[in-house]
Amino acid sequence: MKDEVKAAKSDTAADASGGGKLSVRCTVNGAEATLRAYPLARLLDVLREELRLTGTKEGCGEGECGACSVLIDGELVNSCLVPAAQVEGAEVLTVEGVADGERLHAVQRAMIECGGAQCGICTPGMVLAAVNLLRRTPRPTDADIREGLAGNLCRCTGYVKIFEAVVKAVESRK
Amino acid sequence: MISDKNIGRPVPRKEGRAKVTGAAQYVDDLRLPGMLHGATVRSPVPRGRITNVRFGEGIPWDEFTVVTARDVPGANYVALILNDQPYLADRVVNHAEEPVLLLAHPDKYLLEEARRAVHLEIEPLPAVFTIEEALAPKEVVWGEDNVFKTFLVEKGNVEEVWDAPGVVVVEGEYRTGAQEQLYIETNGVIAEASPERGVVVRGSMQCPYYVHKALVKLFGLPEEKVRVIQTETGGGFGGKEEYPSMIAGHAALLAWKSGRPVKMVYDRAEDMAATTKRHPSRTRHRTAVTRDGRLVGMEIDFVVDGGAYATLSSVVLSRGTIHAAGPYNCPNVRIRSRAVATNVPPHGAFRGFGAPQSIFALERHLDKVAAAVGLTPEDLRRRNFITKGETTATGQVIREDVDLAGLLDRAFELTDYRAKRERFARENEGARVKRGIGFASFMHGAGFTGSGEKYLQSVVGCEATPEGRVRVLSASTEIGQGTKTVFAQIAADALGLDYEAVEVVQPDTADVPNSGPTVASRTTMIVGKLVESAALQIRETLKGAGLIGDSYTHGDWARACAGYIERHGALRTHVQYRQPEDIEWDDERYRGDAYGAYAWAVYVAEVSVDTVTYEARVEDFVAVQEVGRVIHPVLAAGQIEGGVAQGIGWTLYENVVWRGGRMANGQMTNYIIPTAADVPPIRVHFFENPYEGGPAGAKGIGELPMDGPAPAILNAFEHATGVRADAVPLTPEAVMDALEGEAVGA
Repeated sequence: MKDEVKAAKSDTAADASGGGKLSVRCTVNGAEATLRAYPLARLLDVLREELRLTGTKEGCGEGECGACSVLIDGELVNSCLVPAAQVEGAEVLTVEGVADGERLHAVQRAMIECGGAQCGICTPGMVLAAVNLLRRTPRPTDADIREGLAGNLCRCTGYVKIFEAVVKAVESRK
Repeated sequence: MISDKNIGRPVPRKEGRAKVTGAAQYVDDLRLPGMLHGATVRSPVPRGRITNVRFGEGIPWDEFTVVTARDVPGANYVALILNDQPYLADRVVNHAEEPVLLLAHPDKYLLEEARRAVHLEIEPLPAVFTIEEALAPKEVVWGEDNVFKTFLVEKGNVEEVWDAPGVVVVEGEYRTGAQEQLYIETNGVIAEASPERGVVVRGSMQCPYYVHKALVKLFGLPEEKVRVIQTETGGGFGGKEEYPSMIAGHAALLAWKSGRPVKMVYDRAEDMAATTKRHPSRTRHRTAVTRDGRLVGMEIDFVVDGGAYATLSSVVLSRGTIHAAGPYNCPNVRIRSRAVATNVPPHGAFRGFGAPQSIFALERHLDKVAAAVGLTPEDLRRRNFITKGETTATGQVIREDVDLAGLLDRAFELTDYRAKRERFARENEGARVKRGIGFASFMHGAGFTGSGEKYLQSVVGCEATPEGRVRVLSASTEIGQGTKTVFAQIAADALGLDYEAVEVVQPDTADVPNSGPTVASRTTMIVGKLVESAALQIRETLKGAGLIGDSYTHGDWARACAGYIERHGALRTHVQYRQPEDIEWDDERYRGDAYGAYAWAVYVAEVSVDTVTYEARVEDFVAVQEVGRVIHPVLAAGQIEGGVAQGIGWTLYENVVWRGGRMANGQMTNYIIPTAADVPPIRVHFFENPYEGGPAGAKGIGELPMDGPAPAILNAFEHATGVRADAVPLTPEAVMDALEGEAVGA
């Protein structure tokens, strides 16, 4: 697995020397964007380096930790596993697009109030996982919440305060 | 005089908004003009002589900056305690993944290809990988005998107890494995360096002044020519205590040679393979107990595996040693301990710092001792709990009210322990899924051990602006635990100001004094007390100048600050730690007041064990502790919950697989930490007994929750299955061995 990830990176390096960037048209956080990227470049890197949307974090680079979670056409995905070419025509939502201007999303407010963010590095992905969960399941059970967040690893909180934040976000929207 | 408008309340985390919106800037989010990326070429073998370095074909090597040991401008060691660890191996390597050569290039993808094209030719030497091999010694790989450090703690005369009439002697051996801190943000820094301008490093770290000290030696520069700035840090847990000195030095060496800024951020595989982990341990107990359950003698042999270099192992060993006899009143105790060298990457700081290892052994062992004299685990402990006026293993007289029995009562009430103990035993007969409940009682000392705080001489500053805002200046880092929030609460209440009026400055060695490392459960209790004092001095200064009285509004305060600053230029105070006079510690004999204060706790775990799949799960967890005054109830509970989850991981899931001295499962795919689907409900309950040495009465809590889960869970496992398991991690494979071994033997 490790070598496969490295191999993907070196493909990009080969492209870097030989040209071959594509134009990828998509919507990012509600705005139209044209990404200039090698076809196999990771969406994670393109978001962070081309668009300077650095809220999306790399935790493992192999789709295990969820720190790089974004929504693509409403699906929660690990952006470290998505080639940039794949988002042609898609709508991408990153953590920077969750709040409505200065007004935080209910999930973000609840994460602050309940102590769901400690070191903050898993938080962008966790916020998107929770937003995704509440879009699909507006009244989640405890089991729904655990399932909905099980792809996002947190090493600080033991998840308790994140579960509380999801419950609080639901209550605040009633 | 100190208000409690903020302390004890869940004020919003200072940097909370930046974190939930993705605006918080971690080191990998920064880039500087002309920046290169740096990579490390590491030894593939655990021990050997470097005979040649070959640079492979097909790489434009003239575009690369290459650094070896010969390029080090100052001293080639990581300045810490013994200074035995080189920044770059020179002629010999002592562990796999040891750094040998550094590369920098603007293109990080090409850099990765180049890294793999450097071939180190190393003539292997015999290596040792385990505590037993180190002690044999199979081969001497460090010093004269592979021993970094030994301690001996003696209380009473343990030799006299073994043959005393009416005494039962119980022996046991207990082991714990390595554990990866697994902060979700890997280690990373950006360095700028030149002989003219000195060295500036920004990065993810717990201890800016450790990095500062190390860079001063590495470059042979005066202190003022080295500047270290902490960036937002995505978790540490000890894993960013000493290691950042290494990566900062590497990036700075590349920057020094290339003349350009260099970013080094490890990917997960490199971070797991090369950086520190929790020390594996072996503990042997021999205990003399009367038939009515009084502990009369404890002999403890505690050994930790330090890996290839001394790093912090002596200090980890110290804390593990002091905690090894637990919160019990036993008249005769001997604790011998050793930290040994092996050819694996150096083990290092990880939450609990040796104490979880020795406490695991003791709390497992006491269940065995109880059984040997026909008592319940509860009754044995109740007969031996330490109380005010009694002494610990180091002879420290407990001067505060300690109520471990009360903590136990509360924990049992919250879990319905006694009823479950009976019911599970009854229902488990013939059941596929067996249930059990167990507990551990323990303490954790806050702050540096013994004279440590006296030697540190931490300093905190506080300054006011003409607008009446207050800035706290310390090197104590926010790494998720809430330093900025807690310090602001403490300063605001000391001054009677709003929480919003206080800003806690981002640590930068050019701006903040050295308040010591952010470790050892010392930030709130030790540094927080200095914050309180520094803030109070600001108020006293204004009062002394006649600018405010005993009571004032925020407007009065702001006018007073503006008036003072106009007259004197600045309003700033610095406060240095002074050890309370009643703390006495003998470093030679390892006797006396090991810590200024202890947190006390009883944790209860309920587990299920599936006898077909061999999966053990924690179904419920209750953590009851006395921690002095709770400064912030949400942050404090968050510390306990997070520590318990890490403890559950260490106990059941987190298995570092070693192959030839290398971590064979250095990926999140096969090194398993608890997910949202794995953690039980974790219920946290605080007893508050204000400690006069802490700010508003607070004691330290960060490490405490790591100590209790492992023994509580394995005690519950034994209750569920009737089978003893005395090592962690208790993976399904280990459960199978334990249960099938029993079946074969029965």
